Amino acid sequence: MSLQDKYSALTDAATAAGITDLAVREQDGILYIDGTAADGATKDHLWEVYNQIDPNFTSGDLVLNVNVAIDAAVTHAKVVTESSNLNIRKGPGTDQPIVGKAAHGEIITLVNRSNDLWWLVRTNDGEEGYCYAQYLEAQA
Amino acid sequence: MKTTKLLMSTVIAATLFLASCKPKDAAIQAAIQAKEAAGITVAVTKGDVTLTGEVDDEATKAKAEEIAKAEKGVKSVINNLTVKPVAAPVVIADDSALIKNVADATKDFPTVKAEVKDGVIVLTGELKKASLITLMQHLSALKPKKIDNKLTIK
Repeated sequence: MSLQDKYSALTDAATAAGITDLAVREQDGILYIDGTAADGATKDHLWEVYNQIDPNFTSGDLVLNVNVAIDAAVTHAKVVTESSNLNIRKGPGTDQPIVGKAAHGEIITLVNRSNDLWWLVRTNDGEEGYCYAQYLEAQA
Repeated sequence: MKTTKLLMSTVIAATLFLASCKPKDAAIQAAIQAKEAAGITVAVTKGDVTLTGEVDDEATKAKAEEIAKAEKGVKSVINNLTVKPVAAPVVIADDSALIKNVADATKDFPTVKAEVKDGVIVLTGELKKASLITLMQHLSALKPKKIDNKLTIK
């Protein structure tokens, strides 16, 4: 069975969910699916489908890179850590010193999102620095 | 009488012309079609050739036109072939960037050990099932070649 067949339920779900810039390519025995989802729920749904086809993601034959689209006008984000505070760092990297913290669930101001992985933010207390973007959910 | 004769001869001439034209088109069509690559459709009308279908690249498209033009009896070639859109190549991050980004992404998963080599992230250690999707989402955004998940899921 080809990889495209194995993951056809996933690519079908991506098409049905209206993923934009959807690209499905196979290279050296690995399937790469890239695209942009309208919201986080759509992205999570695709991961659920992926988990059903390949329980616990043990096959190592798919890289699913679906990002969530963010309107350029968005100025605030919610801290979506599991439960802990989110570190705010001087620069983009965990090797950078911590300059502040944002509480779980707190809404903070987005200053710059030019780095995909690390967003420059400002807390309500005026602390400014970089947070790991995966723990921030843009507020519409 | 004269008019009738003229008319008759015109009709005969026209019939002959058409009769001679049709098989010629068919012969040209068959000759070109045999030389063209699969996926290309050749149509011929009064020596005018139309090529339709989808080909892999511009070079194949140009070559198909040359083949048609070279055929005897061809007056013109309309090249309506389309070139297949090329899928964007897979981008894989450099190891140096990947090592740093993987360290950042796995920092909040202290029970997980991640190693990076030639674009492949190898995960060992253990993790709660509920956290697995989050970790995989974080790592997949870093443009790895492959994620080799050897985690023990609790």
